[in-house]
Amino acid sequence: MELFTNQVLAGIATGAIYACMALAVVMIYQAIDHLNFAQGEMAMFSTFISWQLMQWGVSYWAAFLITLAFSFVAGIAIERILFKPLAKAPILTNVAGFIALFAIINSSAGLIWDFTIKQYPTPFGSAPFLGSQLISTHQAGMIGVTVLLLLGLYFFFQYTRIGLAMRAAASVPESARLVGINTSWMIALGWGMATAIGAIAGMLIAPVVFLEPNMMGGVLIYGFAAAVLGGLSSPFGAVVGGFLVGIFENLAGTYIPGVGNELKLPIALALIISVLVVKPAGLFGRHIVKRV
Amino acid sequence: MTTLLNVKDLRAYYGQVQALHGLSFSLNEGSLTTLLGANGAGKTTTLRAICNMVRSTGAIEFDGKPLNNRSTENIVRFGIAHVPQGRGTFTTMTVEENLQLGAITRKDSAGIVSDIERMYAHFPVLKQRHTQQAGTLSGGEQQMLAVARALMLRPRLMLLDEPSFGLAPLVVRDLFGILGKINREDKVSILVVEQNAQLALELADHAYVIETGRIVMSGKAKDIANNEEIRKSYLGY
Repeated sequence: MELFTNQVLAGIATGAIYACMALAVVMIYQAIDHLNFAQGEMAMFSTFISWQLMQWGVSYWAAFLITLAFSFVAGIAIERILFKPLAKAPILTNVAGFIALFAIINSSAGLIWDFTIKQYPTPFGSAPFLGSQLISTHQAGMIGVTVLLLLGLYFFFQYTRIGLAMRAAASVPESARLVGINTSWMIALGWGMATAIGAIAGMLIAPVVFLEPNMMGGVLIYGFAAAVLGGLSSPFGAVVGGFLVGIFENLAGTYIPGVGNELKLPIALALIISVLVVKPAGLFGRHIVKRV
Repeated sequence: MTTLLNVKDLRAYYGQVQALHGLSFSLNEGSLTTLLGANGAGKTTTLRAICNMVRSTGAIEFDGKPLNNRSTENIVRFGIAHVPQGRGTFTTMTVEENLQLGAITRKDSAGIVSDIERMYAHFPVLKQRHTQQAGTLSGGEQQMLAVARALMLRPRLMLLDEPSFGLAPLVVRDLFGILGKINREDKVSILVVEQNAQLALELADHAYVIETGRIVMSGKAKDIANNEEIRKSYLGY
């Protein structure tokens, strides 16, 4: 039983990271109807920025905040420079754009910081959390930061005017323009926020997977699995999907013989395919009530 | 009477296809003007061209200021509220959020709150449903919501694209009654595009008739309604 509880709690901790990545993917998907394959690489690059800042002697939380600001601006810049001009281009052109972005960021990180694996610090420590052997303080910290982030985002989208405007721009762009919303900037803002959310995920998971240019590859696939499971049209679903995938991943690795650590990733891919076949809209995919 | 909207030699294009062929008309401050014509005559395109939602040439002046080359969202900030064909409801959001979105360019939060109450007074059914997802409203209710959303801008000019479309005759009467009241009491100038010519001519003070992208007739709504020849050849009733 203790093994089970332990695995579930650890699953929730990594699930928090998947939830963040899924949320970032869904935010961009809502804004421009494309999956951002480079989301993980963007998060990795942000994490390297924070690492570099710490190497230069900046404290953890200062580096954390500077990285968030950097990621926000960088996300907006990527949208303005690369994807705004592609807005009306065919879907394959956009996919090529995302793959190019993936390759460019991955290679640049390798060029600047090389491909060796680096230790990444945790501000929470890795002692047992509250004296319990079930979960470490870093895992508890991952969950805590994610929950704070999600509450903040919920408040932002539900109760601020700019959040309302962003939702409007994503749901009915033409009507949004007709009430005076600059939808183009709302998309850019969405990119900035998604990039910052990805940066948080990267910085929280780096102590676990270690820092290197390919660190987010697996994480992003879990993020995609979470987004598909929850429904690409539902930010709430993406978050729930993230936690579910985290727990599922750990339990499958522990209890299904032969899965272990090596076959965990194929499980995420199998999950994506199963959901797409059985329930393409995902668990919480938007069911729009419409009367005609 | 000052001219609020002045359109001169408007030509509009969808890709290579020209939809408006040099259309000119004007609208006085405080008036309720209607643009009539058959399907495909260019009524919707005219409204869309005013808000720069379709490629066009020619001069469009609002209150003496040119609107050409401004983005749709900037034109809204001049106080032009456009209720598009199909109502443009934010279906996944609540009724109240739809109203708040109508006022999204305004800064006076106290005024917005009191205007929402004013809209609920105009349209009591919206108050009953203010927490409901807007997509669940009936067609007539959604049209009321669309008009209310447009009014939340505190517009000087309201553009309405076929507000009667798909609504039951009684609901249409109701709606047109409210439009007349808004025009008289709130001093909002209105340009309404309609296929239901009879009804529109009862409501409006001035009318233009469009055929294949050109104005073919204009005058007082009363005169046009009383001219049997025009009615038969252009308006079909």
